[in-house]
Amino acid sequence: MLKLTNVTKQFGNHTAVDHLSLEIPEKEMYGFLGGNGAGKTTTFRMILGLLDSTTGDISWNGQSIHYDKSHLIGYLPEERGLYPKLTVKEQIVYLGKLRGMKKAEIIKELNSWLDRFKVPEYLNKKVEELSKGNQQKIQFISAVIHQPKLLILDEPFSGLDPVNVEMLKEAVVDLKEYGTSIVFSSHRMEHVEELCEHLCILQKGKQVVQGSLQDIKRSYGKKNLIVHAAFPLEFLERLPGVVGFRKTTEGCRLEIENEDVSQLVFQELQNKGFIRKFELEEPSLNDIFIAKVGASYE
Amino acid sequence: MNKFWIILGHTFMTRIKTKSFIISTVITLLLIVGLVNIQSIIETFSSKEDDEVAVIDYSNELYDPLSQSMNQSSEEVKLSEYDGSEEEAKQAVKDETYQALIVLDMNEQQLPEAIYYANNISEIGNQAAIQQHIQQLKVTYATTQADIDTETLANINAPVQFETVALDKSAKTSDELNQARGIVYIMLFLLYMAVITYGNMIATDVATEKSSRVMEILVSSASPVTHMFAKIIGTAFVGLTQISLFLIVGYTLITTKQDELTEGIFSTFGIGDTSVSVYIYAIVFFILGYLLYATLAAMLGSLVSRIEDVQQLIMPMIFLVMIAFFIAIFGLSVPESNLVKITSFIPFFAPMIMFLRVGMLDIPVWEIALSIGILVATITLLAIVGARVYKGGVLMYGKSNSLKDFKKALALSKKE
Repeated sequence: MLKLTNVTKQFGNHTAVDHLSLEIPEKEMYGFLGGNGAGKTTTFRMILGLLDSTTGDISWNGQSIHYDKSHLIGYLPEERGLYPKLTVKEQIVYLGKLRGMKKAEIIKELNSWLDRFKVPEYLNKKVEELSKGNQQKIQFISAVIHQPKLLILDEPFSGLDPVNVEMLKEAVVDLKEYGTSIVFSSHRMEHVEELCEHLCILQKGKQVVQGSLQDIKRSYGKKNLIVHAAFPLEFLERLPGVVGFRKTTEGCRLEIENEDVSQLVFQELQNKGFIRKFELEEPSLNDIFIAKVGASYE
Repeated sequence: MNKFWIILGHTFMTRIKTKSFIISTVITLLLIVGLVNIQSIIETFSSKEDDEVAVIDYSNELYDPLSQSMNQSSEEVKLSEYDGSEEEAKQAVKDETYQALIVLDMNEQQLPEAIYYANNISEIGNQAAIQQHIQQLKVTYATTQADIDTETLANINAPVQFETVALDKSAKTSDELNQARGIVYIMLFLLYMAVITYGNMIATDVATEKSSRVMEILVSSASPVTHMFAKIIGTAFVGLTQISLFLIVGYTLITTKQDELTEGIFSTFGIGDTSVSVYIYAIVFFILGYLLYATLAAMLGSLVSRIEDVQQLIMPMIFLVMIAFFIAIFGLSVPESNLVKITSFIPFFAPMIMFLRVGMLDIPVWEIALSIGILVATITLLAIVGARVYKGGVLMYGKSNSLKDFKKALALSKKE
């Protein structure tokens, strides 16, 4: 278990991370959400020991993380970088060795990864000859080649086409099944929603929301109500308990305070005409994110 | 420690395999081969014919003794008596049949005099040689007229005996000094080249890793300090490989050439019987000097985010080396000056200048020890600060590069 207790990082007068406390369970996927400059990368760098926290404590299974554990840890930085002049093989062999692997082992693993990503012909190509998306696959391989126990992925899916995103997602899920604890950051809500059991939302270094996905949604309370009907629906906006109203092409989408409000709306709609759709929906992470982060921007 | 060797090996192998390294090594090797064979090359291109100078002798007695003394001293000038008139002879010089014309005669005191005609009188060599021989001839005539016998003449001409003796027993004799000057000069030059070449290499290497953003992965798997020193030592091995390649090729070539050349070159540089301690000091100061500047270079390299900025940032470092080198060259002729003495204790100058003093003078051991101590302390300090800056610097990206960045990098790496 990775545990952050009251971690703060200050750069001069600027507080990048402010009293962050987290528990990231073993063998799970943990999502970090936050806008630009929210402190995600700084937090990762502190977990990896690249930066020292100003105050607070970070421990992994009760121990602090040092370079003697680097063979257990994988890291995919947000700023992708590989040696442009080296071939994929030279590259991964060097980085793999630094993670404590033997050359033969690395080449075996590398070949199976390249096969999996359907690019076995890249083995002896120079990195600068590859497209950006393919470089990213190589970068991903470099982060996971040593089968780490803890994998930190900073924006792993940015800049990839949908096919490659799927491919990488599958790989990440497999790693989790295999027993790797994965922490990843994204500003794509659907990825986090799809992959993570637990998550936290950071805003200006402070954690705004934290916990399991289900709990977060439940405690958020508000739900969405989708109504498609053949008559004007604007009057619904004025009903008590309705906090949001958005017109759509076929009807409208309401944000309501709690489930009970839907009953009231249902009664109001009766005898007004033909209703094609009436659906109560869980709030999306996107709604929660915008509500939590967007609110304090105002 | 294992990671240290992995990074070191990587630094070494990738550098050795680069085109620029191979090309520069090959060019330098060609240069060495050329230098060793320079004599044969010059001989191939220069004509072997002696220059012929026409002589018209109105006195009818000067030509024979002059050409005799010229032949004896094996000058490259050939004299030949001209039979025609002076005008014809001048025309012949203009037509380049002859290189020059000398008109010899006796003046009123019955002493020789001469006029030298040539198309241009810039070729000082021949002119001076002929003038000297005629001067001798004149002395002979004058002394014969004055009735001075040859023995007295020999006494007058003999050089005065002037011997230099150092009273301090351990001071170096002038012979030893000359030898020391050679080895000091070689060491100064090697260190100067090494610091500039390999310092630049380290800074560029670090900046390349940073600009390609591979650095963040590297420092997440090995500590920045390990990384920095593996780079420094790895590059040192690159340098060692290159320099030993040059030395081996140069040495083999020189020894297979004729003996005179070997002796000539070795005695010029005083290699042969310089004391062993000087060589040991040379190695010690070389290593210390390299480490000092390499650490500085690695630190500076970690501060820039684009390779183009490297040159700008290591400029001050290059200036430091240059100043040290020039003070040292100046010190070769005046090793006892105060400037040399003081600068031999200033860290960035010490490796060159203290070695100069060790080689040229006899200085107390405590001064050497103090200088080495100062160097070691500075290197340690620089390594500590450098590692801190490196740790922060490698994560820092931005446009500017200045002292501000240095402070920022330090702040980034420390707990607030």
